[in-house]
Amino acid sequence: MKKNSLQIDRKLIARKRAEIRLKIYGIVSISIALIMLSTLIISIGLSGYSALQQAYVKLDIIIEGEKITDENGMFSNKKALLFNWDGAVSNALLKKFPSVKKRSDKKSLRSLMSSNSGFELREYFKQNPQDFDKKITLWLTASDDFDQYLKGRFNVEVLEKDRRLNDNQLQWIDFLSENRIADLKFNTGFFTNADSREPESAGILGAVVGSSLTLIITVLFALPLAVMASIYLEYFAKPGRLTDFIEVNINNLAAIPSIVFGLLGLSIFLSLFGFPRSAPLVGGLCLGLMTIPTIIIATRASIRAVPPSIKDAALGLGASKMQAALHHVIPLAAPGILTGTIIGMAQALGETAPLLMIGMVAFIIETPNSFTSAATAMPVQIFMWSDSAERAFYERSSLAILFLVGFLIAMNSLAVILRRKFEKKW
Amino acid sequence: MKIFFKPKLFIFLCLLFSVNYTIAREGNQISIVGSSTVFPFATIVAERFAKSTNFKAPVIESTGSGGGLKLFCSGIGLGFPDITNSSRAIKSSEKEICAKNGVTPVEYLIGYDGITFSNSNDNKQLSFTKEDIFKAVSAVVYENGKMIENPFKKWSDINSSLPEIDIDVLAPPPSSGTRDAFVELVLHDVCKSEYKMDKKTYKENCSALREDGFVTEVGENDNLIIEKLTDNSERFGIFGFSFLDQNRDRVQGSFVDGIEPSFDNIADGSYKVSRPLYFYVKKEHIGVVPGIEDYTDYFMSLAIEGGPLEDAGLIPN
Repeated sequence: MKKNSLQIDRKLIARKRAEIRLKIYGIVSISIALIMLSTLIISIGLSGYSALQQAYVKLDIIIEGEKITDENGMFSNKKALLFNWDGAVSNALLKKFPSVKKRSDKKSLRSLMSSNSGFELREYFKQNPQDFDKKITLWLTASDDFDQYLKGRFNVEVLEKDRRLNDNQLQWIDFLSENRIADLKFNTGFFTNADSREPESAGILGAVVGSSLTLIITVLFALPLAVMASIYLEYFAKPGRLTDFIEVNINNLAAIPSIVFGLLGLSIFLSLFGFPRSAPLVGGLCLGLMTIPTIIIATRASIRAVPPSIKDAALGLGASKMQAALHHVIPLAAPGILTGTIIGMAQALGETAPLLMIGMVAFIIETPNSFTSAATAMPVQIFMWSDSAERAFYERSSLAILFLVGFLIAMNSLAVILRRKFEKKW
Repeated sequence: MKIFFKPKLFIFLCLLFSVNYTIAREGNQISIVGSSTVFPFATIVAERFAKSTNFKAPVIESTGSGGGLKLFCSGIGLGFPDITNSSRAIKSSEKEICAKNGVTPVEYLIGYDGITFSNSNDNKQLSFTKEDIFKAVSAVVYENGKMIENPFKKWSDINSSLPEIDIDVLAPPPSSGTRDAFVELVLHDVCKSEYKMDKKTYKENCSALREDGFVTEVGENDNLIIEKLTDNSERFGIFGFSFLDQNRDRVQGSFVDGIEPSFDNIADGSYKVSRPLYFYVKKEHIGVVPGIEDYTDYFMSLAIEGGPLEDAGLIPN
């Protein structure tokens, strides 16, 4: 008798230990996952945070109005195209260094400014035509090498011939930054520009707008189709082989590699329907096809989670199947449908493969303004920057990754919040 | 069997799919596809073109030379690209497809690109012959006229003047134009001139890189190759001259047959591992899509000595 209870005691202790071990395993796996995630975010953050700043140079510039304006004193586009804006910028810079006389030195001094600084000047005067003939002080964008040097990301240890900046250029930059003529400032261009070939003026606005336009099409296309398909499958389909077949295929569809949807888009939307290449319309449709199964699965699960008594009561009071579904069950299942949709959208936001086939992996410097204008998407932008030779694109792609991850976190948290808020406990 | 679909759903689907929109590409925008090597140069031109003229910015996709020519030759009309970039001349088979679809390609030679065999700055700059490189990377080598599987493990096994370090080469994937050009300019050339093979034989036997761990294929990202070269200074990588030029503080190009990959050596043709870069314009689209002629003129005006494309690593014609 006594021995028996001892045995039970021992078994109990062993059982408790097993439970504690299981708990520890769980904690260890979660910590590993968290450590990996934070290493990823931190390493990207460390290489990307510096892209929040950009080197600018403060220059005093006078532009004679009569060279740019027409007879009415208005800004003339035609004259502006012919005017040498780059020359105006480099003359202003040369004034800071009166001792620079040699042609080759002048050339290397000029190359410290971004090749887009002339265009910036033009845009400024287009907006502010009243500033002609006045001495104005403008902060203009410096070149990417200048920028990297100020940020301490430029390797000065190597021989002069192996550097992209020579000793003279380094001296000039030091002079400019000591006298506060050049400085790092917040990089607004990163958030207000579309793509550019020059890292110093490349921004993600074009990609963000492109992604948004694409996702609008995706949700407009996928949500109604998926909800209707789920209602049909849950309410009207007769159980049988055909329904089983459809069900298996919907689950299959969710597992198909996304590039296949791109190929489908290429052959159906582009070749057959003649939709434009590189357009968010086509991208949205392809991503929509990809998202439909995800939404169907979520919708059906949340329709089933609504207690059958509600549907039965509606039917019992004489409602038709359609009324029972649309008036009672779908509103109650809406939070679940919404969550599924947002998760599906988040997935679509991170996709590049289907976009490759339909021409959205492209260099586009204008922010898209309609569903049919050429556009690109955020992950595509990251991919293209990370493939560029210029060193300054490295930090920019890291910052863009952080931006994208932030976006995804926001979307997924929204899904969680909506679910918490509207979920009904039965 | 009962009607499977609900009528309303069916009607909705029909509406969605059967309305035949014919919105083609917005006709005022030039569409460019093609080589990933020419891509960085074309994007520079496109951006400046858009900013300094009143034309809309061209849309440029990097599809690879082969993919670009395929799209380009498929037909005439706004559904097809106007211009394709290429890191090789158009093949006769592609010309035939073009002709069949009524497309007349107009060729523009924009300059040259060198392919470098580089390592990290932390190690010595080395000098190879083409045959050394062939023996290091080819799947098969030839000893006394016999084809054997590549036995070389260290550089010193190939040539006693080379250092005694393991062969470790990073190569671009087969989909890349750089890889095609490397195979043609190094492997095929060695088989042709050193081993006296005819075209068919060397194409068959001298095109494969070894797969026993001494050559690693990396994705189509040259930055990644450079990153990996800095990690291990005994490694070599194959990539285009423009990337070497941008990363001179980290990597150096090896001498090939006694010549260093430099601007001048590639421009005057003494560095042999270099290839011409082109773009092709669809003659039928000139005048239909506005700005094509202006774009090509602008491109050629920038592809000169001292121009911005030279700064990006293009060796002008």
